[in-house]
Amino acid sequence: MAIDAATVRKVARLARIAEPEERIEALAQELNGIMTWIEQLAEVDTDGCEPLTSVVAAGLPLRDDVVTMGGDPARVTSNAPKSVNNFFVVPKVVE
Amino acid sequence: MSLTKLTLASALDGLAKREFTSVELTQAHIEAVEAARGLNAYILETPDKALDMAAKSDARRALGEAGPLEGAPLGVKDLFCTEGVRTTACSKILETFVPTYESTVTSQLWRDGAVMLGKLNLDQFAMGSSNETSYFGPVTNPWRSAGSNKALTPGGSSGGSAAAVAADLCLGATATDTGGSIRQPAAFTGTVGIKPTYGRCSRWGVVAFASSLDQAGPIAKTVEDAALLLTSMSGHDPKDSTSLDIPVPDFTQFVGKSVKGLKIGIPKEYRVDNMPAEIEKLWQDGIAWLKDAGCEIVDISLPHTKYALPAYYIVAPAEASSNLARYDGMRYGLREDGANLTEIYEHTRAAGFGDEVKRRILIGTYVLSAGYYDAYYLKALKVRRRIAEDFDNAWAQCDAILTPTAPSAAFGLGENSNDPIAMYLNDVFTVTTNLAGLPGLSLPAGLDANGLPLGLQIIGKPLDEATVFSVAGAVEKAAGFTAKAEMWW
Repeated sequence: MAIDAATVRKVARLARIAEPEERIEALAQELNGIMTWIEQLAEVDTDGCEPLTSVVAAGLPLRDDVVTMGGDPARVTSNAPKSVNNFFVVPKVVE
Repeated sequence: MSLTKLTLASALDGLAKREFTSVELTQAHIEAVEAARGLNAYILETPDKALDMAAKSDARRALGEAGPLEGAPLGVKDLFCTEGVRTTACSKILETFVPTYESTVTSQLWRDGAVMLGKLNLDQFAMGSSNETSYFGPVTNPWRSAGSNKALTPGGSSGGSAAAVAADLCLGATATDTGGSIRQPAAFTGTVGIKPTYGRCSRWGVVAFASSLDQAGPIAKTVEDAALLLTSMSGHDPKDSTSLDIPVPDFTQFVGKSVKGLKIGIPKEYRVDNMPAEIEKLWQDGIAWLKDAGCEIVDISLPHTKYALPAYYIVAPAEASSNLARYDGMRYGLREDGANLTEIYEHTRAAGFGDEVKRRILIGTYVLSAGYYDAYYLKALKVRRRIAEDFDNAWAQCDAILTPTAPSAAFGLGENSNDPIAMYLNDVFTVTTNLAGLPGLSLPAGLDANGLPLGLQIIGKPLDEATVFSVAGAVEKAAGFTAKAEMWW
């Protein structure tokens, strides 16, 4: 199935990446090339095959529900583009 | 002999015998790193930290408290978070990021006495096979074709790690491997690299690319050095729920062990079109060496091999699109302006990610989007099981598998950068073990007609790094590979 310019715009919006209009056609071609190459997977018989989601057979381990690292907001916010009094400063989202 | 020419094992021996101090050894490496800036292997040098760590190491040794890697200067791929030392994943979006925590793997190296020389270049977010997607520019391979000045790629994504080890700019380096990012650069630079079984090394504090495939491992000068480093890097970590809670053996004890009676599988599907005859010949040499060492050679079939890369290019981008959603410009990293919140996200990510990273995020978003999830993502996970079943079947016939590491020797910088699929094909022999979670090791086994190194890969059963190291030791001994890149930098 071909990826057209509208699909690229939609996917870029979903991925929250601004792609300039002049890049859209080229991207559609690139992604089409890659997806066409990927289409060969259709040749593989996967009837009755369970998807492999983890190569680690072990079950998920449980741990005690306690705070292990925390209580240090200055460290948490030390890389923030903007912070005040150990809070992240983010743009206004509710008018 | 210059101290930088030593292997890790011989340097540890020299330190133990008090032939030199860690400060002297570290100083020699700091000078080598400064002299090799043209290679662009290190994107951040930390000489003051290195000398401080070395002095403390010498003090510990004087007190009789030497750890297994006491005083050894190492390089760290800039995908491992290092406390108080900038960690970028070679991206613009993390250009100024300074972690307030240390990755588990590097903390274990420091626990065992190692010294950090600095942070090593890589493909941006480990996405690439030539180091050309790095925001800080590509690494140049210390190796050149005979009679040529052309700049070659060291491979990727761990190109800085591989180049630094090959050029004697550290005694060993950390690296990571999602589709071949330890083994292909090792093959391109005449070094040894191992990706262990998925779950051997903690992923905590390693910048995530594709979490079900990412594994840390070392790049080193010899098989023994790789075993030393992997022993230190491995082990259970409660902070990574996929890290395996099983004992870690001292992997060095398996290097040099007899391989007599082992069955070595040769998969017929690991011959690709246009593979240089020299690689086929090297493979045959490897088979002959292991026969001489007493192994039994078995022809095996891994019929779904050709589908591994296309499956990988669904699974890895899908996981990447999810993992990289965290880069939103709010809590850390770059933030660009915009008229509203969505625009801020979109502008931040457009400016902060390179083209290859964006390409993979877009593919990942596409294959996970409504209407395509079953056709692509679920299909790829089913093919992934078929690939894992291929190996399960093979283990009924053999104890380890021998293959070439990469379908070519190192190529020129810029030669494949306009064709994503040609670039992806670099990982055709390595990506299968990531999908199946198996250990894979690359070691240098010969030179091509241009004098460039070529690697052989040994694949093992899950958690059987022991056999992988034994077989690698036997191949290393028989190959007698001692060539080094001639110093031109």
